[in-house]
Amino acid sequence: MKLPPMFTLGHVEQLGTHVFTADEIVAFARKYDPQIFHLDAEAAKNSVLGGLCASGWHTVAMWMRKQRDRTAELLVELERGGYSKLEYGPSPGFKNLRWIRPVYVGDAISYTSETAEFRASASRPGWHVMTGRNAGTNQDGQPVMTFESTVLLKYPA
Amino acid sequence: MVFRYFEDFAEGGEIDLGSYAVTAQEIIDYAGQFDPAPFHLSEEGGRASMLGALAASGWHTCGMLMRMMCDTFLLESSGQGSPGIDECKWLTPVFAGDRLTGRATVTGKRLSASRPGVGIIHFRFELFKENGMPVMTILNPIMFRTRAGSAAA
Repeated sequence: MKLPPMFTLGHVEQLGTHVFTADEIVAFARKYDPQIFHLDAEAAKNSVLGGLCASGWHTVAMWMRKQRDRTAELLVELERGGYSKLEYGPSPGFKNLRWIRPVYVGDAISYTSETAEFRASASRPGWHVMTGRNAGTNQDGQPVMTFESTVLLKYPA
Repeated sequence: MVFRYFEDFAEGGEIDLGSYAVTAQEIIDYAGQFDPAPFHLSEEGGRASMLGALAASGWHTCGMLMRMMCDTFLLESSGQGSPGIDECKWLTPVFAGDRLTGRATVTGKRLSASRPGVGIIHFRFELFKENGMPVMTILNPIMFRTRAGSAAA
């Protein structure tokens, strides 16, 4: 088995950056989280969050998108590099999701994923459970979101 | 619907979260935008995976829960957003055609140390399939203004 560097404990993968526009913040909110501070810039000024900002579910969903996109690139690179073939499965859940500060219109959020832990799946032979420490950081270097993910991952023993 | 402030949530209290009908088109649309894994994008991709059929992204299920919360109590409240999710368990896949139901339970409450006029309500949210099978549980604190905090805002 030859595992790529991204599976070294402590490795931090840069997943890319997303700029949140007012239109997409409002479109997501209309569908899944129509609270006033995600819909209306004027009304949002009077809320605790202080201005029109993305639903926390939108901020974290964009982490997922960036993770998928980066993984797709990596799988191609790995195949070329002669590494073991990997297969991502579903996730049993996540922990300690912190929405640290609001994501406002125009904020550019850079996402990362750090490899935190590996263990063999107790219930599914051949599969491993990978724990990641994930983050989103705004253009001023301030963290907006962190959480711990788990995902099933299959590679040859 | 009764408008709820921080004071109106009692520890141990429950709220019925109504229901949410899950369609294949919505599963695929969400996945195309946020979670493009084969088992979230097509019936064939789902069948070839350990999930067994086209299944909603877990993040999508979180979005469905959020919408159910908004429609049943949050939009008629002094809610001010959430600092996060302590834990989320995706217990079984959500498939096209599922009709989810949900329940909120208040597990604790306290006034905010840092924000005057704001308190935190700790909820356990649970979603179920029609046969009662649990789909997802989430532990989620949410900020609400107190009556006095709302009057001053």
